[in-house]
Amino acid sequence: MTTSPATRTQDGAARTAVEVRLEGLSRHYGPVVALDRFDLTLQPGELIALLGPSGCGKTTTLRLLAGLEDADSGRITVGGKDITHLSAAKRDMGMVFQAYSLFPHMTVRQNVAFGLRLRKVSAAQRDKRAIEMLDLVGLSTQADRYPHQISGGQQQRVALARALAIEPQVLLLDEPLSALDAKVRAQLRDEIRRIQLEVGITTLFVTHDQEEALAIADRVGVMRDGRLEQLAPPTEVYSRPATSFVAEFVGLSNRLPGEVRGGEVTVRGLTLPLVEHDVPDGQVVALIRPEAVTLASHASAESGPLVGTVIAVTFLGATSRITVDLGDIRVLAQLPTSEATTLLAGSRVALTIRPDPVLVSVGSGPAAAFGEEV
Amino acid sequence: MAAVTSVGETPAAAAASRPRGMQARRRRRLNAFRYVVFTVFGLFFLLPLLAMARFSLEGAKLGTWSATAWTQIASYQGTGVPPLLSSIEITLELAVITCVVTLALLVPTMIWVRLRVKWLARPMEFLSLLPLTIPAIVLVVGLGPIYNRIQHYELSALMLFWVYVILALPYAYRALAAGLGAIDVETLSEAARSLGASWFTVMFRVIAPNMRQAILNALLLTWALVLGEFTIAYLLLYNNLQEELYSISRNTPNAGVIFSTSFAALLFAFVLLLILSYAGRRRRGRG
Amino acid sequence: MAVAATTETGAQPSRAGRRPSIPAWAGTVPFLAYVAVFLLWPTGIVVVDSLKNPNGSWAVSNITKLGDPLVRPYFIGSFKLCLLSSVFGAVLGAILAYAVASGNPDGLVRRLYLAVSGVLAQFGGVTLAFAFLVLIGPVGLLFHASWFYEFPWGITVIYTYFQIPLMVLVFLPAIDGVKVQWREASENLGASAWHYWRYVGGPLLMPAFLGGTLLLFANALSAFATIIAWENQISYIVPQQISTALSSEVGLSNVNVADLLALGMVIMVAIVMTGYALLQRRAARWLR
Repeated sequence: MTTSPATRTQDGAARTAVEVRLEGLSRHYGPVVALDRFDLTLQPGELIALLGPSGCGKTTTLRLLAGLEDADSGRITVGGKDITHLSAAKRDMGMVFQAYSLFPHMTVRQNVAFGLRLRKVSAAQRDKRAIEMLDLVGLSTQADRYPHQISGGQQQRVALARALAIEPQVLLLDEPLSALDAKVRAQLRDEIRRIQLEVGITTLFVTHDQEEALAIADRVGVMRDGRLEQLAPPTEVYSRPATSFVAEFVGLSNRLPGEVRGGEVTVRGLTLPLVEHDVPDGQVVALIRPEAVTLASHASAESGPLVGTVIAVTFLGATSRITVDLGDIRVLAQLPTSEATTLLAGSRVALTIRPDPVLVSVGSGPAAAFGEEV
Repeated sequence: MAAVTSVGETPAAAAASRPRGMQARRRRRLNAFRYVVFTVFGLFFLLPLLAMARFSLEGAKLGTWSATAWTQIASYQGTGVPPLLSSIEITLELAVITCVVTLALLVPTMIWVRLRVKWLARPMEFLSLLPLTIPAIVLVVGLGPIYNRIQHYELSALMLFWVYVILALPYAYRALAAGLGAIDVETLSEAARSLGASWFTVMFRVIAPNMRQAILNALLLTWALVLGEFTIAYLLLYNNLQEELYSISRNTPNAGVIFSTSFAALLFAFVLLLILSYAGRRRRGRG
Repeated sequence: MAVAATTETGAQPSRAGRRPSIPAWAGTVPFLAYVAVFLLWPTGIVVVDSLKNPNGSWAVSNITKLGDPLVRPYFIGSFKLCLLSSVFGAVLGAILAYAVASGNPDGLVRRLYLAVSGVLAQFGGVTLAFAFLVLIGPVGLLFHASWFYEFPWGITVIYTYFQIPLMVLVFLPAIDGVKVQWREASENLGASAWHYWRYVGGPLLMPAFLGGTLLLFANALSAFATIIAWENQISYIVPQQISTALSSEVGLSNVNVADLLALGMVIMVAIVMTGYALLQRRAARWLR
């Protein structure tokens, strides 16, 4: 979903989304550096997903933006206004936590209306707005239930309604789907995106699930050790990873040893172009996506560097993933299921690699199999 | 786009963690509050104890110091009553028996209820808390007839343990419940059962070891209770430690031995509780 | 695969394999039997006995004797003392519990104060009275305050001394159960500290707090040893009376008076415990 963010009117008044700018943010806990001179700008109405392993600093970024923690240095600007030293209560942001954030002693309606109550909105107005928000998330029928009476997915929707009820300038989501079932997760993910687009609010979404990030963000920021490795639209992060970390973190990778010569790399007999043109000659490990590995033919008597035996076929719906043992190494290939139906464990196949530019990491580690799925 | 940094680089930040800002300020206020609270309460709790300690070291003339009150503990004997030492012995033995019985009664039952008979959890909690509120007096009055008959047979004060277990229930129950609540009993037991464990194994070799800290707590609270118990022993005319101290005070005013013994008992229980709070494994924090 | 525990009609804990189905609750019999014999039965005896005449016939009208002008001051005195000490103990204990809970969960301070609470909650007896005697009594190490001897002040302070630790033991789990996300969420929505406590923290902890107060009240009622040891104290407390009644002739003549007074206490306790149980249910649901 990469439609350009649109602004929407709410309550009849025109709402303009704001730009959020994080400049030079640093935060450390004792000797551990959580964020290191971090810069990020969110365009008005944009949804940026921060993606990375635990400890990479994505949650810290969110919490700094929310005001729940103090930065050691740096500046935060929202809509042109410097809010670095503003307390969390005054920051006018809506936040959805991973879990447990609904007040258990209040009904759904009271939870959603809470922020408005603090702002001394009249009871009638509060109620109206609460119902509006619950309608937006599709839960107005549950308005008088208590949190423990509704499901996890519903709770998170209420949390979203509550965050949006106060008409914040920025929406913050801290791994909101991590505590939910897989099916609910996918559903809610799309819901969140739909609502975010409808309301047109600038949003920061933190997650460790790359599928989530790719599915909903306008731009994805992959983080590691307190720094941004790459900030780009999802398609680019996936197919043109800027670093091997990004390549391995986002999506699966095969890691095949190869040799670079004259700006190209030779992997198992095939010569492929490189993403980065200035890699020096020598041994490298090439990172190759399973979708780039395809079937050349059903070999029975042939042998070659890309001929091997099928070990497993994993049915994923529209596509299937096959694991092929090439003798000295195992490789993952991903094919449309129609092509894979004839493949059984034990059949011999010959593979080929599409000639797309390939990312390499310098040095020849042990020829590992395929990258970990995160 | 950030360049790839080499893996494993951790900048050695020698920065002092002295963050400014809202959260830091709030934490400082909270810490100030805590220091004040701890100091005030600490004093309140300490003063009587210090007075006792001071008095126990009082010599023949006011203002002088003497450790006789402490050295006398073992040999002290009031008029017409058994030596202090025997009542100390009795109390200690009682404590051990009570601890064992309380744990034997509560631990298996609580685990069992949690695993198999969940609807009994609430009633059990209620029953366990009841002794806290039913006056010991009532128990005595009700048990009086029974104990009177038992006294015929000159059984020692050790028979008191039946009642002490009841008195210890509230404290032991709460400590154990906290421990049980912190572990995922259902999953552990299902995993063990799927591996072929009997219920017995599940309870004693899977669940209970994970409750070590809680069991220790329960033990120590029970221990402290027995050391401090007076009412029932007094009313049923038994000679446990507290009762003994009381009768000494009646017959020999200003016997420093009272204070040294009391203080020693308190200190003993406290140190034990503290030490054993470290002995259990504390698995807190993000895994 | 994993055996669903609850659907089995299980065997006794120590046996595996096929047996004729013994219901699962049979495993709790030892505990229930013990409690029944040593707690419920004596209490039952007292209640029943107090409703009987010395000759053994029923006299339910005995209950009215509780309102007897001679008996009443003792109950009122008892009530006042318990009320004061439980309210003071609850408020102060809650403050201390909050201070302990807001620190490092593994830290020394928390362990220290928990150990202190565990010990002092029990040592409310003879030892404590002695200690205060030394501190503020005639030989007074600290100061000699005559108001201390007036009822109910001195004895209230002493009661509060062991009520506070009990409150800490009882209330601390509730504070631990308050999730940090609630504070953060309310902050995010614009709440100041005051707003948080008024709308979120306060209401959430109130049942546990009230429950603790009730428990303290009941505990004070049953604290007896302290009175005995507090010399020069005329019996203003019901348990003291029972003890006198009881020990004048060990367990013989005045038994029914003792029973009656005990009955009065049990009634007070029953009311209190019911209230406590109701409050606990709410608290447990929110703070588990």
